Amino acid sequence: MEHFIKILSKPDNIPIAGMVLLVFFYTGWAFVMAIRNDLRIKAGKGPLELEESGLKVDVMPHLLKREFIAALVVTIILVIWSVAVNAPLEEIANPAVTPNPSKAPWYFLGLQEMLVYFDPWLAGVVFPTLIILGLMAIPYLDKNAKGNGYYTLQERPFAIFGFLFGFLILWVAMIFTGTFMRGPGWNFFSPFEPWDVHKVVPLTNVDLSELLDIDPKTPWYVREVPGFLFLLLWFTFIPYVVALVKRAFFAQLGIVRYWVTMFLFLFMLLLPVKMILRWTLNLKYLIVTPWFNI
Amino acid sequence: MPETIEQKPPKKKLVNWEELSRQIKASQFYKSMFRRDYKDTPRNRALAVIGNVWLHLHPVKVRKHGIRYSFTWGMGGISFYLFLVLLVSGVLLMFYYRPSIPEAYHDMKFLEFDVPFGMFLRNIHRWSGHAMVVTVWLHMLRVFMTGSYKPPREFNWGVGVVLLTFTLLLSFTGYLLPWDQLALWAVTVGTNMAKATPFLGAEGPFSIVDAASDVRFALLGGRIVGPNALLRFYVFHCIAFPLIFLVFLSVHLWRVRKDGGISGP
Repeated sequence: MEHFIKILSKPDNIPIAGMVLLVFFYTGWAFVMAIRNDLRIKAGKGPLELEESGLKVDVMPHLLKREFIAALVVTIILVIWSVAVNAPLEEIANPAVTPNPSKAPWYFLGLQEMLVYFDPWLAGVVFPTLIILGLMAIPYLDKNAKGNGYYTLQERPFAIFGFLFGFLILWVAMIFTGTFMRGPGWNFFSPFEPWDVHKVVPLTNVDLSELLDIDPKTPWYVREVPGFLFLLLWFTFIPYVVALVKRAFFAQLGIVRYWVTMFLFLFMLLLPVKMILRWTLNLKYLIVTPWFNI
Repeated sequence: MPETIEQKPPKKKLVNWEELSRQIKASQFYKSMFRRDYKDTPRNRALAVIGNVWLHLHPVKVRKHGIRYSFTWGMGGISFYLFLVLLVSGVLLMFYYRPSIPEAYHDMKFLEFDVPFGMFLRNIHRWSGHAMVVTVWLHMLRVFMTGSYKPPREFNWGVGVVLLTFTLLLSFTGYLLPWDQLALWAVTVGTNMAKATPFLGAEGPFSIVDAASDVRFALLGGRIVGPNALLRFYVFHCIAFPLIFLVFLSVHLWRVRKDGGISGP
């Protein structure tokens, strides 16, 4: 516990604690609003926002008043925060002394955590690029015309589930893990466990081909067939099955949009899949080639 | 015994604000100071917005649901406000900062021990930066949960994603500037990723460049996080990224109005 508080009270970690609390609060709030709207819609009344969206109010004073109050509250918080907590400053930068663990700024810890499961070209380059492009693509992929401009869950369950899974589990929770549960050597520690610099973790991870007992001397294009097959099926067979089961969904999107949506979604799911394979089978790589590993 | 429903008497207000305001305005002192009253008419309300170069980012009237904190959480506006705080405190910090080694680190000490309110200035810049990352995420969460990226706001959502990316890049480039151990190693960890870029990173798959000409080298101006990297990050942080950010921010705010204001049913 003492150790947890020590990490938590590091000046640069205070925003993480605030972020986690705020994300919980506002996600909960969005759900409350959404459920209330869903009940109203069921009763034939339309979302709560509809009652007021036809009315217009003067920006001066109604909106400006609220903006002013928000600015005032934020200013007060910032002043108190800045008086109470000093920005950290360690010793002068020294390339010869590497701190252990070396951590990226807190908002990138999700990506750094991904490095445990994927090589840097995936975790540090391909995934961030796909996150940005994928986010930008959302409005062009989501053809569901409902739920535009009001809180709702039941009118767009897939979109909300997909987004919250990515944001809460794969981004926010990973930042939490990276901050509080990764100690020296980027070894895993439970939140209340002191960080032992000498903790020894056996490296027993194996590649898929080794799990399947394939002779490591076979040329890579033969040896890695199972891995390639897995990825091929992952990105073709699963979308195919989902399209068969969810015909309306497939028909609504059309083949290109459907496949791009599924590709982005399944790419995102590769992370938890690889995590689970690591925890259960000690899997290191699905595919090992002379140029890249997945 | 049958329960009786008590009729609650109307709540007595602690302070009757309207009456107080009327009395103040009728006082001799107030009249001697302001001479004329400013009439609260629809026309004057509109003029207060239109006739002010800063306020006319707003329309004159907005739909009522859109001003509720319960709907917007105020996160977009708060992010904008934090950006302004960062702009002002950042310019002030630039007076005391030299992007070279070891002066950069000494300037941190100077700010802490010699500059009046120097530590406060640095604190408010750092905490606003962290806070802005959080509020931008929450803004995105709200926009997603209300489905506000849907037509006609698809493009503005994309502009918002660019702003999100630059918020993170601004924070990341600023992280190096104190030039302490925290800064050096956080940025080392971050920029090492660039080495692994496919094709354009020295250690990435199908690399076509070496360590002296890959994207990491371009980012750092060298093979290590050294003096050139500090200068580059300084220019990115103080000039290039804020300018790019402002361009996208202008489009973002303009499009909010053109696309029909705060989204709604």
